[in-house]
Amino acid sequence: MTSASSGLAGTTHEPDEAGHFGPYGGRYMPEALIAAVDEVAAEYEKARRDPEFLAELDRLQRDYAGRPSPVTDARRLSEHAGGARILLKREDLNHTGSHKINNVLGQALLTRRMGKTRVIAETGAGQHGVATATAAALMGLECVVYMGEVDTERQALNVARMRLLGAEVVPVTTGSRTLKDALNEAYRDWVASVEHTHYILGTAAGPHPFPRMVRDFHRVIGLEAREQVLAAYGRLPDAVAACVGGGSNAIGIFHPFLDDEGVRLVGFEAAGDGVETGRHAASITGGSPGALHGAMSYLLQDEDGQTLETHSISAGLDYPGVGPEHAFLADSGRATYEPVTDAEAMEAFRLLCRTEGIIPAIESAHAIAGALRLGPQLVAELGPDATILVNLSGRGDKDVDTAARWFGVVDPESLPTEPPPGPVDADGAVASGEREL
Amino acid sequence: MTASLTGVDRLGEVFAAAKAEDRAALIGYLPAGYPTVKGSLGLLTQVLDAGADLVEVGLPYSDPVLDGPVVQHAVETALRAGVRVRDTLGVVEQLAARGGRAVVMTYWNPVLRYGSGREGGGGPAAFARDLANAGGLGVITPDLVPDEASGPTGWLAAADREGIAPIFLVAPSSTDERIAATTAATRGFLYAASTMGVTGARDAVSGTASTLVARARAHTDLPIGVGLGVRNGAQAGEVAGFADGVIVGSALVSAAEHGRAAVARLTTELAAGVRGQHTGR
Repeated sequence: MTSASSGLAGTTHEPDEAGHFGPYGGRYMPEALIAAVDEVAAEYEKARRDPEFLAELDRLQRDYAGRPSPVTDARRLSEHAGGARILLKREDLNHTGSHKINNVLGQALLTRRMGKTRVIAETGAGQHGVATATAAALMGLECVVYMGEVDTERQALNVARMRLLGAEVVPVTTGSRTLKDALNEAYRDWVASVEHTHYILGTAAGPHPFPRMVRDFHRVIGLEAREQVLAAYGRLPDAVAACVGGGSNAIGIFHPFLDDEGVRLVGFEAAGDGVETGRHAASITGGSPGALHGAMSYLLQDEDGQTLETHSISAGLDYPGVGPEHAFLADSGRATYEPVTDAEAMEAFRLLCRTEGIIPAIESAHAIAGALRLGPQLVAELGPDATILVNLSGRGDKDVDTAARWFGVVDPESLPTEPPPGPVDADGAVASGEREL
Repeated sequence: MTASLTGVDRLGEVFAAAKAEDRAALIGYLPAGYPTVKGSLGLLTQVLDAGADLVEVGLPYSDPVLDGPVVQHAVETALRAGVRVRDTLGVVEQLAARGGRAVVMTYWNPVLRYGSGREGGGGPAAFARDLANAGGLGVITPDLVPDEASGPTGWLAAADREGIAPIFLVAPSSTDERIAATTAATRGFLYAASTMGVTGARDAVSGTASTLVARARAHTDLPIGVGLGVRNGAQAGEVAGFADGVIVGSALVSAAEHGRAAVARLTTELAAGVRGQHTGR
C-alpha cells in the first residue's frame, strides 16, 4: 500500500515556480507575509526530500491517524444510483473524523521544523480546527482557531472539541461571520505574529505554496483509493466524485487520476437554495475569476469585485472561493464542477444513513448526491459496470443538530436556540420538522 | 489637473515642496463613503485644508485583510450604505478639481474587476485610465506585490501608460532582495510599513521603522513614506525625523467618528508635528 509520503514525491502536474496554475494561483497578499510564505515554501521543499520527515509523516498517518482508510462498496446505496457501483473512500474513519488530518499532521511537522511554537487556523465546519487543535496537542504547540460566529453556533460540538483539546477558539464577528471572515482574521493575526507562528491553512487555496503543499498532503487519498480499487476490482473507476468548498479533499482524490484519461473527475459545489437564487456557494458554477485570500481563482463577487455573501447548509462549503488548481482544471475541462442544493445534499445524507449505516458530514453528502445523479448517466453510457469512487471526506457527528432540525427528528425545544436551517418557502416561512427521514 | 504633468510628476512635486521646507510630507488616509460619500469628501477636504500635503482615498473593500478594527468598521459602514467603486473615483475627482492631491488606497480585486459590467472591457487598464482622468496621482495596493503586477495583470504597464504611480509596500520582514525589486517597480513614493501588523493607532512608533527606511534608502532615491501606527503630533515629528512622508490613517478615521472639527484638530497637530513644531502633549 502506498504511504502518505508518496503524495509529496512530485508529479507531472505542478504549478510554475511562483505557484501559478495557468492564470490562477500566485500570491495576492501583503508584502509583510511574503517572507513567511517563502520560508514555508523553502522548508517544504527540503522536508519533502528528507527521509526522516517522510518517515515521521508516514508513522503518524499510520499509527495516529489510522491510514490507510478503507474503500467501502456501498451496495445498498448503489441501488439508488441507477445501478452504478458506488465505492466510498472512507476519510470519515480517520482520527478526528475527516480528511483534514492529512494536511494538518504534515503542516504541524513542518511548523516544528521551522522552530515555530504557535499555530493558527481558520475553520468553517470546525473539522480543520479540530484537526489543527489535535495536532497542536500532540506536538505541544500553542493553538488559536478563528471561526465565524455563525459557524460557532451551528457547529457547537466542534467548538467544544477544540477547547477540550486545549485550543483557543476565537469567534469572528466581522463581515458575514463565516469562513471567509475567519480567514481574514487568521491573516491579520499572522501578519503580526509571523515570527513564531505558522498559519496552518486548511484547504488547497491561499498563496503559493499552500495550494500545492496542501494538495500533496492530501494526495494520499487518491493514491490509496486508486490502488485499492485496482486491487479489488481489477480496473479503475469510471468517475471520481468529491465535494468542493475550498477543494482540498477533491484535489487530494482527483490528482492521482489526472493522467487516467478515461476517469471522469467531478466536483460538487454547494448550491444552497439553488444557484439561480443567488443564495449559494458554488464558486466555479456561479462565479468569475478574481483575487481573494492570496490567490487568483474563481470567486463569487459583484461587479465591483466585492466578495458576495454565500449560503450553504454546510458550514465547510460556505465559502466564496475555491482552490486555484480547481479553477485551472475547470477551464481545461479535465474536471467538471456541478452544483448540489441543500435539499439534494440532505436527501443523500438521509439515504446514506439508511442504506449504509453511515452518517456523513453534510459536506460529503454533497458528493453522495452528485454520485446519485451521475450514476444513471454513466450506466446509460457505459453499461451496468459503471463505477463511481466517492470521497466520503468526513463523518457527520458534528452535523447531528443541523440534520435533526432539517428532518424534525427531535423536539426543537430540546435543541440550542438557532434559526432552523430548512429552506424558506415563498411566504418566507421556514419549513422544517416535517420531512420524512 | 495640470495638463503636461503626470501623476508621478505631481507626486514628485509634493515631496520636493516638503523637502524644500526641510520637513516631511503629511499624508492622511480616509475611506471614501464614510460616513457617506459626501461626508467623506468633506472630511478629506478638511484634511487637505488643515495641512496635509496629500490624501489617500481608501476604496472600501469587503475583505480588508491588512486593516485593523477601526478601518474595518469604517469600510463596512461605507459598504453597507452602498458605496461603489465609482464613488471613490468621484471623490478623487472632486478633490482634484479644487487642487487637492490624492492617491487611491485599494485592495487588488476591485481594480482587477473594475468596469466588468461595462462594454469595451475594464480591468486594471481601465481603472488606471479613469483614475488619471479624475486627477488621481497613484494607487497604493496593500495586497498586490510587484511579482504579480508585471505579469498577466499588466498593472505596471497600465499605470505607466497613464502616468499614475504604482505604490508598493515594504515591510520589516522584507529581504534586501525584495526591497530592491519592490523599489524598482514603485513610482511616486515608497510605502514603508512601520511594523508587522494591521493598520491601527499605536502608543509608540515601532523602532523597526527607522531601520526599514535606512535599508530601503540603500536601494532607492524615491521618497519614503512611513505608515501604520502614527496617531499624534509627537509621533509624526518622530517619524518625520527619518522619513520623507508621515502617513496617518486609523487615527484620522477615529477622529472622523467625532466629525470634521476633530479631523481638523488632529490634522493641524500632525502638520505641526512634521514641521518639528509640535510642543508635546
